[in-house]
Amino acid sequence: MKQQTEPQRKLVLPGDVVAKGNYTINPKSVMYLYKIDDTIYAAVVGLVEINDNVVTLIPLEGTYIPRPGDIVIGLVENFVITHWQVDINAPYIGILHVSNLLGRPYNPAKDNLKEYLDIGDYIVARIDSFDRTKDPILDVQGKGLGRITEGKIVEIKPSRVPRVIGKKKSMLNVIKGDTGCDIVVGANGRIWIKCPNKDLEDIVTLAIKLIEREAFTSGLTEKVRVLIATEKHERGLI
Amino acid sequence: MSITPFNIPIIPKLKRETILSLAKRGTRIDKRRLDQYRPIKLTLGVAGKAHGSALAEIGNTKVMAGVKVEVGRPFKDLPEMGVLNVNVELLPLASSEFEPGPPDENAIELARVIDRALREPGVVDLSDLVLIPGEKVLVVWLDIYVLDHDGNLFDAAMLAAMGALLNTKVPGYEVREDGSVEVTGPPRPLPVTKRVVSVTIGILGNVFLVDPSLEEEVVSDGKLVFAFDEGGKLVGLQKSGPAWLDLDRAGPAFNLAYSKYKELLDVLEKSIAENSPK
Amino acid sequence: MSGKESPVPLLKDGKRHDGRGPMDLRPIEMKIGILHNADGSAWLKIGKTEVVAAVYGPREPPMKGMVLPDRAVIRCRYHMAPFSTEERKNPAPSRREIELSKVIREALEATILTHLFPRTVIDVFVEVIQADGGTRTAAITAASLALADAGIPMRGLVAGVAVGKVQGKLVLDIDELEDMYGEADMPVAGIPTLNKIVLLQLNGVIEPHEFPQALKMAWEGIKKIHALQKKVLATKYGGEQ
Repeated sequence: MKQQTEPQRKLVLPGDVVAKGNYTINPKSVMYLYKIDDTIYAAVVGLVEINDNVVTLIPLEGTYIPRPGDIVIGLVENFVITHWQVDINAPYIGILHVSNLLGRPYNPAKDNLKEYLDIGDYIVARIDSFDRTKDPILDVQGKGLGRITEGKIVEIKPSRVPRVIGKKKSMLNVIKGDTGCDIVVGANGRIWIKCPNKDLEDIVTLAIKLIEREAFTSGLTEKVRVLIATEKHERGLI
Repeated sequence: MSITPFNIPIIPKLKRETILSLAKRGTRIDKRRLDQYRPIKLTLGVAGKAHGSALAEIGNTKVMAGVKVEVGRPFKDLPEMGVLNVNVELLPLASSEFEPGPPDENAIELARVIDRALREPGVVDLSDLVLIPGEKVLVVWLDIYVLDHDGNLFDAAMLAAMGALLNTKVPGYEVREDGSVEVTGPPRPLPVTKRVVSVTIGILGNVFLVDPSLEEEVVSDGKLVFAFDEGGKLVGLQKSGPAWLDLDRAGPAFNLAYSKYKELLDVLEKSIAENSPK
Repeated sequence: MSGKESPVPLLKDGKRHDGRGPMDLRPIEMKIGILHNADGSAWLKIGKTEVVAAVYGPREPPMKGMVLPDRAVIRCRYHMAPFSTEERKNPAPSRREIELSKVIREALEATILTHLFPRTVIDVFVEVIQADGGTRTAAITAASLALADAGIPMRGLVAGVAVGKVQGKLVLDIDELEDMYGEADMPVAGIPTLNKIVLLQLNGVIEPHEFPQALKMAWEGIKKIHALQKKVLATKYGGEQ
């Protein structure tokens, strides 16, 4: 048995008792844990961490459920009077008000909306507000937010997003550093990549798919490094 | 495909709380004890053109059952057995919740629970309904009509079904030499070998309510239906509704149902006695 | 329960027709994540009975109005492949399949934390690939694995098994022959971690004193099947343990 020094992350399954006694559920994990009397149970497959009697569960599977502050990549699918309906790969439709996109009040008589955004466009947006009783409101006012006009979107399981980012962005920095591509990872499992050339774009796609496929294997960062290096070599990029 | 009912009226939370707090004091909205049935009534022979019929009433709940016996073909794998068909109609006149149309999953479940409780213990002696083995047998159509829904349709339907079967006179079919079948002889009673009744228990959190009324059913998590034959054997069981049941509460639920089945059996016996020629 | 004689003795010298003892389960195999498109999926084989379960959602309702304001709507279909039985089964849903879809849905409603996803729909589809007894309990066991695979929050995994009565004796996990010629079939499903029963039916006749006994036997089986469910899930994520 290896001695663990870091706070231990333990695999739990639905119904497992996670903690008993004076513990509280991390507000971020309320969807994944539940409490009966003083016992906390896991509701999904995930990794549990207990710090200062606060229980956190990181789910290993699951649909994307919007959280205010999340950066997501959305696909514009409809326009209704004052707002666009945006597919954000969640059970709830994202709402983007015209006034938010324009940064000023919307004048239906003057504004030709297609100039700004059209059905079929991707956008980078921030979840402004959401409480599950009303559809999530999107915000595109801010640095790096708005319509996407170039590059490529790669879709992965939303539960694999933390793996693509890695601890303290380690994985993401490896991919960016080794390819020179710009990458925006949406919390909803959509990843926007912008590369100097098509080959590098393909390599980043392969790397992301590798992470999704082998999310639960060890030495993943090294595998990604090797993949990128091999692919670059084969394509004559180095 | 089964879908969570979504066109349902919103139930005031207060109602559930009221029923729960009353139950803790051992009583109910209509002043009944937790293990008490509403008044039960069974009337036989209520539909003249049927070969057998009965009307069961439990409180305001009214369920009619009618039997028609016809000549038909046996099942291929059971050539020497008559056929029993059970169908339930949740009539739109019985409740604002019921829609016209083919039987939905609730009607089908009810029919199948009744069917199993009749079939498994062999309530109707199907071997006594054969005219020409493999070719012609008697087919018993048991149609259960829910007329007024005020909760506990299972027990009322079971009682009506049993009453109708016991009330049934099979036309005196006879097989001619050329193999044709004609009604020649006098009618005879349907060969009913035993009586079966059911006891339904509403599950409301940790509380059990015998014979739940509609008011109680809508706030309940679900129900348990136990069917017993006259000797007390368990001849059917169904958990219906999204309730769960504590493992160690299954025994008490069974015992509660077992303590009640004779009451329903008595109702059945009494109405048969009243109906039989003196 | 057909009223006919079994072609082989169902119980002989304490052994069942396939050599099992009264408390033995048939061999069980489980796999998860076997379908590419579904959000969660599972395959389960118990003896010769084989089922596939797929879960989609929580997702937007397929039609307007099919929603509840305070929780998710569950759609559930139990369906038998036309080639799953001795004689071809008509693919149109039978009354039996309609009833079983309902009791399976209601069993799953007891474990899924539906209040977390108001105004959404969670779909659970189970196909019986081969039917040899115990298909509804196999369906629930597989559906629960598929739900876990889809990351849908549950109070706990659900496992199920049927207890039957053959030649006057209670036996665990009956197959088709024992179901057809036996005296009773009592399917039970539950959440072992919480000791909750979520499905309970009886088709057949048992003595009053046999009910608690049958339930106890079913629970033993459920706990064993639950251990296998945990194993197959833990193995998938083994790299993290």
